[in-house]
Amino acid sequence: MAERVRVRAWGSHGLHVRTPHYLRGRTGVIERCLGPFPNPEKLAYRLPAEAQTLYRVRFTMAELWGPSAENPDDTVDAEIYAHWLEPADAP
Amino acid sequence: MPHDHPDHGGISPSGHPYRPDQDGPLTEAQALEIAVRELLIEKGIVTAGEIAAAIARMDARSPAVGARIVARAWTDPAFKARLLADGSAAAREMGADIDALKLVVVENTPDTHNAIVCTLCSCYPRTLLGLPPDWYKSREYRSRMVREPRRVLAEFGLHLPPNVRVRVHDSTADMRYIVLPARPAGTEGWSEEQLAAIVTRDCMIGVAVPRLPG
Repeated sequence: MAERVRVRAWGSHGLHVRTPHYLRGRTGVIERCLGPFPNPEKLAYRLPAEAQTLYRVRFTMAELWGPSAENPDDTVDAEIYAHWLEPADAP
Repeated sequence: MPHDHPDHGGISPSGHPYRPDQDGPLTEAQALEIAVRELLIEKGIVTAGEIAAAIARMDARSPAVGARIVARAWTDPAFKARLLADGSAAAREMGADIDALKLVVVENTPDTHNAIVCTLCSCYPRTLLGLPPDWYKSREYRSRMVREPRRVLAEFGLHLPPNVRVRVHDSTADMRYIVLPARPAGTEGWSEEQLAAIVTRDCMIGVAVPRLPG
């Protein structure tokens, strides 16, 4: 996984999704890799849940909120599963 | 007589409003909970005593567990290094009963302040801090903490200078978080018990910092 990643901007993607809307389409850097976890979008429905690598991704307030950010250099870290991430330079 | 009527003005003699009896119908969730619980007991899967014991065990959890871990980290640099590298393993090393908790510990430094939120629901390190405060689960805290954390922290009485970087941690998935606050000056030579006493729940959520008594 690239160091700079973008959260996929999928809209509706099932019910038990752990990717908050405010992070979708936003670019951040991988803070650390947390290892494999069962995909919660399947696990929540007792479907066979494949392992997804989970990352902590760090976003700046400037990236999340633009010019209205309270302090542009403050950050939000969130856990995002690999299938929700793509390299930041992907088209 | 100061109080002839039991419902005079809806205010009790001690000046608090009476709480009405809960005589309304059960909600769907309440009915479901009772049905599942009774079935589990009827089928011999669990006993009522086991359920009561599990509730007692959950109720017994308190921020004192987390405070003990913070105090150890303040006094034992090698433990602190292990805590930051693998929070769950270090908590178990202290004998904390953390179940399946996957713990990430984030450290406050002179130039970084950390705070915890769960914007999606109310994920919280219950095995280390007990039940979350109501405000932690409120839509207001959950939405504002990632949008304007400095204003939220100021409302808790914590005013951070602009040169201190704020790092908010959104517990979106499998990890749970506690903040390792900075050890305050003036606590040199204190015992772990003395140190643990100034580590409050709010310090470990990151909406406060430890203060010396008095």
